[in-house]
Amino acid sequence: MGAADHTIPETRAGAARPAVLERLHEWVITVDHKRLGVMYIGSGLIFFFVAGLEASLMRLQLAVPNNTVLSPQVFNRLFTMHGTTMVFLVGMPIIIGMANYLIPLMIGARDLAFPRLNAFGFWMFLFGSLLLYFSILGGDGLYGAGSMPDVGWFAYAPLTGRAFSRGNSTDYWILGLLISGVGSIATAANLVTTVFCMRCPGMTLWRIPMFVWLLLVVCFQILIAMPPLTAAQVMLLFDRFLGAHFFDTQAGGSAVLWQHFFWIFGHPEVYILMLPGFGVASEVIPVFSRKLIFGYAVMVAATVAIGFISLGVWAHHMFTVGMSPAGNTFFVFSTMLIAVPTGIKIFNWLGTMWGGKIRFATPMLFCTAFLFQFLIAGLTGVMMAAAPFDWQLSDSYFVVAHFHYVLIGGLLFTIFAAIYYWFPKVTGKLLSERLGKWHFWLFVIGFNLTFAPQHISGILGMPRRIYTYPPGRGFELWNGLSSFGVLFQAAAMLFLVWNIVRTLRHGEPAGNDPWDAWTLEWTTSSPPPPYNFETIPMVRSRRPLWDLKHPDDPDWKYE
Amino acid sequence: MQAARDCAIALLSLSWAWPVNADPPVITSIFDPVSPPAAEIYSLSVLVLGVSAAIFVVVAGLIVYSIVRFRRRPGDDDREPPQIYGSNPIELAWTVVPLLIVFVLFLVTSRTLLAVQRAPAPPGALRVTVIGHQWWWEFRYPDLGIVTANELHVPVSSPGDRRPTYLQLESVDVVHSFWIPQLNGKTDVIPNRANSMWIEPMRPGIYLGQCAEYCGTQHAHMLLRVEAHPEEEFDAWVASQRAPAVVDASAAAGRALFQSVACVNCHRVDGTVADGVFGPDLTHLMSRATIGAGVAPNTPDALREWVNNPDRLKPGALMPAMKLSQADVDQVVAYLTTLK
Repeated sequence: MGAADHTIPETRAGAARPAVLERLHEWVITVDHKRLGVMYIGSGLIFFFVAGLEASLMRLQLAVPNNTVLSPQVFNRLFTMHGTTMVFLVGMPIIIGMANYLIPLMIGARDLAFPRLNAFGFWMFLFGSLLLYFSILGGDGLYGAGSMPDVGWFAYAPLTGRAFSRGNSTDYWILGLLISGVGSIATAANLVTTVFCMRCPGMTLWRIPMFVWLLLVVCFQILIAMPPLTAAQVMLLFDRFLGAHFFDTQAGGSAVLWQHFFWIFGHPEVYILMLPGFGVASEVIPVFSRKLIFGYAVMVAATVAIGFISLGVWAHHMFTVGMSPAGNTFFVFSTMLIAVPTGIKIFNWLGTMWGGKIRFATPMLFCTAFLFQFLIAGLTGVMMAAAPFDWQLSDSYFVVAHFHYVLIGGLLFTIFAAIYYWFPKVTGKLLSERLGKWHFWLFVIGFNLTFAPQHISGILGMPRRIYTYPPGRGFELWNGLSSFGVLFQAAAMLFLVWNIVRTLRHGEPAGNDPWDAWTLEWTTSSPPPPYNFETIPMVRSRRPLWDLKHPDDPDWKYE
Repeated sequence: MQAARDCAIALLSLSWAWPVNADPPVITSIFDPVSPPAAEIYSLSVLVLGVSAAIFVVVAGLIVYSIVRFRRRPGDDDREPPQIYGSNPIELAWTVVPLLIVFVLFLVTSRTLLAVQRAPAPPGALRVTVIGHQWWWEFRYPDLGIVTANELHVPVSSPGDRRPTYLQLESVDVVHSFWIPQLNGKTDVIPNRANSMWIEPMRPGIYLGQCAEYCGTQHAHMLLRVEAHPEEEFDAWVASQRAPAVVDASAAAGRALFQSVACVNCHRVDGTVADGVFGPDLTHLMSRATIGAGVAPNTPDALREWVNNPDRLKPGALMPAMKLSQADVDQVVAYLTTLK
């Protein structure tokens, strides 16, 4: 019962519009999961524009050989901040924000289990992120010009040691992520509790929407994967400030130890970012195909399998560190194995579309492109799982192409789908389909133009993280194309911003259920009231709204 | 196999056609192996690429088919399509078939992995210790008593007379990675850990690569240049490297100046007071084609610019500008150019 008590009262209906400061105050003190969700997603999108700007600068530098627009120092800071920002300050808050907003609505609850812990998690994330960016001012302490971290997003030891990273920029990287990591752990625990304890009557675990299943697995992964990173970061702080030697190779420490710690976090992290994308696709594809998800039980099993196997594949990031053949072989096997449940998911989405009546509204367009691009990402992943092939591909531009196909082609495309799909629920207004299609097509073209050529530059022998390259090694064309694609992506993003601004001002009202969907969030008003549901719903199947709309042919008869 | 190779070559020629370039093209493609480990990896990669391409065609084809076939048409009525909850036989099929594919790929991969990683050194193998520095490479030939930098000279191997080179990889500072795509995959060069790998060029020539693990400011300029020589040519190179440093009377002033300033703290010239270990050994500097780990050709002009201020050619390089007068720089360069 506690949850309902913690929601803040609705803004005074009918009263004059409260002053800006008053409204700001309400957002700052809120413990409402919807407002926190919107703040997570909003800050994620702002950091997304920052990271996009960083990436655009790098592509400008790499557009032609021997370019000198950026100095090597600046380039190295940019790719460090781009990677760190995209993973920790864009991907994480957006997925946690979506989970925050949607999970209580989807399982028929009025808030998360611990609303104040939820607010704590958000502010930890936000201040951790701001601390990371404060490095621009404070990176070298008081005595030097500021500097951002320049050690790469996985911050390999001993480059992060005192001897090779002077000043404080690396400390900002450590502390910023450590703090926001604590927030992630808190929120993950909160969400797990919510899913287990706050479901409405009739909502058994076998009836929760796929999105909730995927986020549940993600939260467990966060609980398991985040602490090793936090611990390693504390050890690194000990090295830097207290003279410990965990990673200090000059004093007998181990560089490889850091890599193990980092990737024990880092690989589950890939799935932490990717599974919510699967969750969105598993909601959007059925609704726009007008068919329920094909093989719910197998989808759940595949999700849990991915969750487990993803904990045992980390060293495939380390095939080149000189592991024994036995070690290499183990990680080849576990990595290839994870392709099986991932493949099952693609086939089940295909099975969902098969025989449907597919309506290609913008959310579905993004999900369809996701299917193709994620297929490519999965296949290049299998290539790199073959360790000897990885000895060639690792740390080349092929890897850069691969993980952008995963995280942009996979995750970001589904985030865009989610924005178009749930925006009407959050704001009560429908985004423009016309502008949405511009956004979609420009982004598909721009994304593929930027990242497909990087497969080839990697095969031609171009390592990642170089601030410039010489002419005559065949890299020019592919880098030129890659930089050219950025223009399309930037234009696409302008369409998204314009679409959001225009819709907020004068978008057409969405109504409660604009997509004729089936999950509980569409039963309540748009935007939902602070208490979500007037009466707590009762469900008898996985698609409560289908049962409501088709009393003659309800799902519960078949499940 | 041949087709894949042709395709790779076509891609390469397309890349070169882009800006008109006077320099001859340099190949660093992983699809043009000239060394048995790289060739082993290449044939594995052709198989994996083939399987992936087949899967892509089938799955993407199915997605395209369902997009076209099952899209809502203008004349459609509002009735919902039949609701299908799942199908055990179908789902079993698309679980078992990928499992089989994965199992086969795993076995083939393991075979290649062992063939490359477990290959014992034949009696004729050359041993070289590679030492990564920020941001250059040191090469030591323990059996030949040679120390050089950035440019690795090795004998050519042939099926009848195998002369592979076994590399021991060490680093004095941070993690680097040794990668010459045509000769083998990369292996990281990690401080406080000894790694090893082998290369075996089967054709004489120059093979390029560069550091592949981010190692700080000038990660982009850690060129690896391997020159594979036929037997006699290699022996001649070895002899020239083992010769003492040239003492040229005409550069005596530059020599004295070089030895009187801090150059000697980091660089070594055999037989002189210069015995530093932080920078490249300069005993046979002029036998190398490039300076600054590949940032410039080894010409007197470039050397002059380098000595004057390394930061201009390689921003962030750890060698400081010595603040010598122009006349002094000329003398030092005149001396350096005698170190054949």
